[in-house]
Amino acid sequence: MNIIYTDVLVVGGGLAGLRAAIGARRRGFEAVILSLVPPKRSHSAAAQGGMQASLGNAIKGEGDNEDVHFEDTVRGSDWGADQQVVRMFVNTAPKAVRELAAWGVPWNRVQRGDREVVINGQRVTITEKDAAHGLITARDFGGTKKWRTCYTSDGTGHAMLFAMSDQAIANSIPVHERTEAIALIHDGGRCFGAIVRNLVSGELVAYLARATVIATGGFGRVYRVTTNAVINEGMGAAIALETGVAALGNMEAVQFHPTGIFPAGILVTEGCRGDGGLLLDGDRHRFMPDYEPEKKELASRDVVSRRMEQHIRAGKGAKGRFGEHVWLDITILGRAHVEKNLREVKDICNYFLGVDPAVDLVPVRPAQHYSMGGVRTNHTGQSQTLKGLFACGEAACWDMHGFNRLGGNSVAETVVAGMIVGEFVADFCASPESDITISTGLVREFWERENARIDALINSTGTEDANVIKMRMQDLMTSNVGIFRTGDALKAAVDELQELLIKSRNIGLRYKVKASNPELVTAYRVQKMLKLALCVAYGALQRTESRGAHFREDYPQRNDRDWLKRTLATWPGEMDTLPTLNYEDLDILNMELPPGWRGYGAKDYIDHPDTAARQAQIEEIKNSLATADRFAIQNALMRFEHLLPERFQGRNERLGEILS
Amino acid sequence: MSEAGATQHRQLKISILRYNPQDPNSEPHMQTFPLEEADGMTLFIALNEIREKQDASLQFDFVCRAGICGSCGMLINGRPGLACRTLTMHLGEEITLAPLPVFELIGDLSVNTGKWMRAMSERLETWIHTNEAVDLRKMEERMEPQLAEEIYELDRCIECGCCVAACGTARMREDFVGAVGINKIARFKIDPRDKRTDEDFYELVGDDDGVFGCMSLLGCHDVCPKELPLQTQIAFVRRKMVRMGMK
Ligand SMILES: Cc1cc2nc3c(=O)[nH]c(=O)nc-3n(C[C@H](O)[C@H](O)[C@H](O)COP(=O)(O)OP(=O)(O)OC[C@H]3O[C@@H](n4cnc5c(N)ncnc54)[C@H](O)[C@@H]3O)c2cc1C
Repeated sequence: MNIIYTDVLVVGGGLAGLRAAIGARRRGFEAVILSLVPPKRSHSAAAQGGMQASLGNAIKGEGDNEDVHFEDTVRGSDWGADQQVVRMFVNTAPKAVRELAAWGVPWNRVQRGDREVVINGQRVTITEKDAAHGLITARDFGGTKKWRTCYTSDGTGHAMLFAMSDQAIANSIPVHERTEAIALIHDGGRCFGAIVRNLVSGELVAYLARATVIATGGFGRVYRVTTNAVINEGMGAAIALETGVAALGNMEAVQFHPTGIFPAGILVTEGCRGDGGLLLDGDRHRFMPDYEPEKKELASRDVVSRRMEQHIRAGKGAKGRFGEHVWLDITILGRAHVEKNLREVKDICNYFLGVDPAVDLVPVRPAQHYSMGGVRTNHTGQSQTLKGLFACGEAACWDMHGFNRLGGNSVAETVVAGMIVGEFVADFCASPESDITISTGLVREFWERENARIDALINSTGTEDANVIKMRMQDLMTSNVGIFRTGDALKAAVDELQELLIKSRNIGLRYKVKASNPELVTAYRVQKMLKLALCVAYGALQRTESRGAHFREDYPQRNDRDWLKRTLATWPGEMDTLPTLNYEDLDILNMELPPGWRGYGAKDYIDHPDTAARQAQIEEIKNSLATADRFAIQNALMRFEHLLPERFQGRNERLGEILS
Repeated sequence: MSEAGATQHRQLKISILRYNPQDPNSEPHMQTFPLEEADGMTLFIALNEIREKQDASLQFDFVCRAGICGSCGMLINGRPGLACRTLTMHLGEEITLAPLPVFELIGDLSVNTGKWMRAMSERLETWIHTNEAVDLRKMEERMEPQLAEEIYELDRCIECGCCVAACGTARMREDFVGAVGINKIARFKIDPRDKRTDEDFYELVGDDDGVFGCMSLLGCHDVCPKELPLQTQIAFVRRKMVRMGMK
């Protein structure tokens, strides 16, 4: 048994993991990053549209600040988010963009003077300020009051990930590529690292660390139709779940993006609509204003996706060879704009559909896109139940997105969380709490257990085919646990997923070698993916309300009275076929923004008894501070700054808010 | 995709160069898989289907399957390209696939571009070099919008390795940094945030493993899936470096 020791083991080389590792490294700790693929190929590279941060440089972003970003994010979350975490996030996002600027990201900049843009289907001229010339500009995105999404053309994630990854190289942080953490090493209370499989040689190695950080991204591949990369199988969340101790939060909160190209599901960015693109139905009619007069195509994603599916169900979809869809129209933006600001979109349409989006309509339909749920942590990124285990990025639920995340808030979250959690990881490593006290005997037990599991799969005489099980799971999730959910369909999904889980214990392989073996990988991963799928489906079945992306046709109202809670899923028994669910209340009396109407989507919801009381308190506080500045008012409503690592405390300078 | 209905699908013959260096009994050989074409079929779909239905041991790499991440570079009928966004309908009935040359072979179509690229990044120090500390609370440094776009143009490289695989020099000189490397130098050179001087860059690429190794065959330029202006960039860096060399 080979053992590798390090201070910080970061599982995942996307934006979140890289930034967390850099943070810990800069504080003097040794970090090792594991990644299934070269880190620059992580799915963060696929983010196109941009990163939200309230810089307020562009004229359409004027007046933006943390407060507006905070409100948009909380409304977007349908009040599922942890509001203190949202505050930490919005306050750090401008710092994150600026750090990335210093590290070389070529953010698009404000060009002073007139320029033509498309707003609400009309070409209009806007005039950028002289004073803002050369500062970082922003585009419009769904669910936001201001143009806040910073971007580099439509290759934002790529530019961010390359700059970040190169910083990791500059800091001499090793990345062990083509390795996979397959189990966490723990003693029931403390996590000490992971058992890691080399995907080329098949060798298992024990990595022992003071702190272990899960930054493995989303689990979109439990669905058949998804914008996610093929490696987004949620293995980080799954191995945390398999400890039986760490919890996953809000797994039923799964986002569907309105514009996956049809039928492949490859994403074309929300920037298409942000920049003025429209959604048209089979009759080429622009239908979103009929449903959402306020925000139209730019309501939050959960709302737009539902409206699209609703419209298709009403028989208004366009009918194509592969089924029904609607159209995305960006022809109105003009060729110059498409070729400059939406070039990945142009490439994708060209290569995968054979259409030119500057002149042709693009067939689109919602596709699974983002996992709001993940490893439940507190605001420091540490698991509340398994010490030494941290999580950040899409894999985590610290919980800033609640039941729906806004476009542009995820890459922002990855970097912000990497910055913040990296500091807390370093604090942890600096304390005696982090001493590696585990016995080699226990490490060996974990190693032998995992080794035996792999041997069992290879030598199995089982008759089940891993690929068949996986495809059935994906079909079930897409058909029964998708945008519109009902008790019956969810129940059927839960039952069949349990059967699949049992079948997955009887997989037989056609190709029986231990080294580099894609079928073996599918086999052990599908066993884990089924557990995640069950957390999603079972959580969705139990949650008898609609909130954000979780929409129950049989319970269409948001129900704050009974369901203003976070779902916590654990998997205590290895042979269990269902997760154990617990719930964590969200306390309205501590909220800066108590539940209300989001400003788009359904207006009826069931109030929580505390909402009115908190509203009244807030009015009172605001009245008593009528002459105070926004910072003082905010601080009186809900303190958060003390929760941030010192390094990232402090205000953000803007054109209208110069710091001395 | 059953709705395809009446259209008669072609029977493809996909020949793949198989070799698994992990397995002492493995010898490089071509293996041909028959496959019924489907509408909109990409090599991503085709290879997965072959692996699922015909040969579970087949190795290849895909990640984003959308032409963005650069994982799936391979020789498609002898020419480096991204498999995920190659539609079979643009190819003949007989298709040959082979791993990218130059890079360490992992198995079949899978090569270790990650290791090569990391070594290149370490050697060329592909990050902003500066001693200025930034105060993250303060407004960012300004940059001309046009310049930001020019930097992005060169920043679009996805390190897929196609240019290296198409390069005559890279096949002969193990340490040649390739068009990917020279393009990085061009990218950092025009970025005012990077305080490195021409002397510094000369140290990095002013030799035969750098810009003077290029034989101007420009295979790189023709195969770059992101259509980076590699020809112009190599010429640009070479001009600068010649001038440096004469100082
Ligand atoms: C097509 C697309 C477009 C998007 N566009 C935007 C956008 O415009 N704006 C926005 O804000 N958000 C966007 N998002 C969302 C955003 O890109 C992701 O949420 C974010 O990048 C996730 O980053 P991450 O660091 O958490 O994980 P990832 O970047 O997914 O990285 C995960 C890492 O974990 C590694 N890994 C996984 N499992 C293991 C394991 N078991 N062992 C070892 N390593 C492992 C992987 O190799 C990888 O390095 C988009 C998402 C998609 C799918």
